[in-house]
Amino acid sequence: MKKIATGNKAVAEAVKQAAPTVVAAYPITPQTEIVEQVAEFVSSGELKSRYIAVESEHSAMAACIGASITGIRTFTATSSHGLLYMHEMTNWAAGARLPIVMANVNRSLGPGWNIWAEHTDALQERDTGWLQVYVSTVQEAYDATLMAFRIAEHNDVLLPVMVNLDGFLLSHIMQPLDTVDLGDFIPPIHLPHAIDVKNPAGYGCLTGPDQQFRFRWDIERSMRDSVKVIEETQKEFAKRFGRKYGFTEDYQCSDAEVVIVALGTLGKEAEVAVDLLRKEGIKAGSMRLRWLRPFPKLDLKGKQVVVIDRDYSFGRGGILATEIVAQTREPVFSVIAGIGGQEVTYEDIAGFVRKRRIGEEFWFGVSGNV
Amino acid sequence: MDTIAEIPKEEFILKCTSACAGCSDSLSLRYVLKAAGPDTVLVVPACCTSVIQGIYPNTAFNVPVYNIAFGAAAACASGMSNAFRAAGKKTNVIVYAGDGGTLDIGIQAMSGAFERGTDFLYICYDNEAYGNTGMQRSSGTPLGARTTTTPAGKTDAKKDIDAIAAAHDLPYQATACAAYPQDLFKKVTKALAVRGPSFIHILAPCPPGWRYSTERSVEMGKLAVKSGMWVLYEREYGKLTIGPQSKAAMKKPIPLEDYLKPQGRFKGIDPKTVEILKQRIAKNFAKLAAEEASS
Repeated sequence: MKKIATGNKAVAEAVKQAAPTVVAAYPITPQTEIVEQVAEFVSSGELKSRYIAVESEHSAMAACIGASITGIRTFTATSSHGLLYMHEMTNWAAGARLPIVMANVNRSLGPGWNIWAEHTDALQERDTGWLQVYVSTVQEAYDATLMAFRIAEHNDVLLPVMVNLDGFLLSHIMQPLDTVDLGDFIPPIHLPHAIDVKNPAGYGCLTGPDQQFRFRWDIERSMRDSVKVIEETQKEFAKRFGRKYGFTEDYQCSDAEVVIVALGTLGKEAEVAVDLLRKEGIKAGSMRLRWLRPFPKLDLKGKQVVVIDRDYSFGRGGILATEIVAQTREPVFSVIAGIGGQEVTYEDIAGFVRKRRIGEEFWFGVSGNV
Repeated sequence: MDTIAEIPKEEFILKCTSACAGCSDSLSLRYVLKAAGPDTVLVVPACCTSVIQGIYPNTAFNVPVYNIAFGAAAACASGMSNAFRAAGKKTNVIVYAGDGGTLDIGIQAMSGAFERGTDFLYICYDNEAYGNTGMQRSSGTPLGARTTTTPAGKTDAKKDIDAIAAAHDLPYQATACAAYPQDLFKKVTKALAVRGPSFIHILAPCPPGWRYSTERSVEMGKLAVKSGMWVLYEREYGKLTIGPQSKAAMKKPIPLEDYLKPQGRFKGIDPKTVEILKQRIAKNFAKLAAEEASS
């Protein structure tokens, strides 16, 4: 069914169809519309879930953990400080092997109070054991949320999945949305380690130096196994519903001499920049990274790479640039742009490509650094 | 229930726990689980009970135990209870948390879960300090008690968590102590019979923390009640009933010194501080008596 929706509404629509038994959430700008819409679905009876209006994000994730371990489907949504406040519990959720799905609306971190788009929030969760996907359109927000449940709950994965969408630039933008007749695309959840009072077990007990690493390795093994589950799920989604997704979305990359790599809406804006650059005779391409964890194998050999980071790791560099350099061993032109919702147009992106200085870093808008 | 023989013989705490000798936390939990029975899940934040249950891959508890981060127990239980009820299961969800996990770091999650009417039982076993990390002061530590972070004795009074819990208008709330096992058993049974949130606050004398010899834990609990440092009561839908043991203490308490003297944590306590503690006991007695008379 075709409709017009915001990114937030698209996520809520997908949650309604995935029908988690428990949703525990706490409002935060610019995510609030997701939980409001989910609460509305629950209130109207369209969604047969229990909505727990917790008193904090730390409790939101703790409640999802407590619900999930009984073997049922769970969902929550957050953003920025909310995500940071639940950081202790995001680690717990992954460590406890719970397939919780969370939408994170990417937003800057204080101070100062800035409610606009930035990826540093989700990237600070990079090492928690969550799978992370970044979307760029309203349609993709919906599709990725549906797929997130199937991937998280797959018995070769059993890890939580975070769906990231840019604050305001996507959360509050209206675009066409084609909803699907889900059918049995998401199979019923079966959690092999669900609590069973007839077979009592201790969960997360004291674990010594001779054992802890085994649990950590098990997370990594499943993270590696998740690659084929993601591939299968995206393939099955394309087969059933006609929309194709990969680990990256490549645009004009095959003959490109310079490739722009970015996350989220910046990656989509880069496609327009590519068109502009091609008209000028610059063989540009765009490789929008969709999955950050597990981090895909990127084929950037022989290409000049311009990475745009809407985030930063102080004392080191753009987080995405650092990841790409580590993975490809290729030097990149690292552009820091879009921090705290800073406006970045396709013309700006084309400018980054024209003026690229491979091996260097460039902060967009900082005088003396242009 | 009048005699201990009426308490079920079935044990849910198996042999070989990692508890200290004379631990009244595990003694309390023994009676809690006897009252709760096998259709029960314990949610345990960081506390002595995280250690007592044993080391992976073994567990000494014969009910499922979900260990969770320090400040998260009530929120975790909130999700669990909702999930069980959504599935039509009546499984008891019991938080078993220490005073640090309740009065301090977990108070927000507990207040939230109470306010939302979560169908669960929150039990705080209170040994009046952070026992698991070696006895640092908590907001449950009484005035004058020495801990490793109050080496000269605590200068602040014990937080009244029961008044805070009562402010949530709970269907059932009680205080207890393993020195009175039948009373504890009855209170847990009652708490689990109500729908919605309930709270039981158990005084848990702790030999290494309070510095008394290990065979005296039950005696220490009785001295606490007889001196009025601990009052046994229950509040059912707002109606307060003071237990007969505490009624007797209100009429004629034993000298407070009888409770303080055997404990190393009160060694060298300033007589002025003892006087303040006595005044607080009298004030608390009067407050509870007035509430009982009016309810």
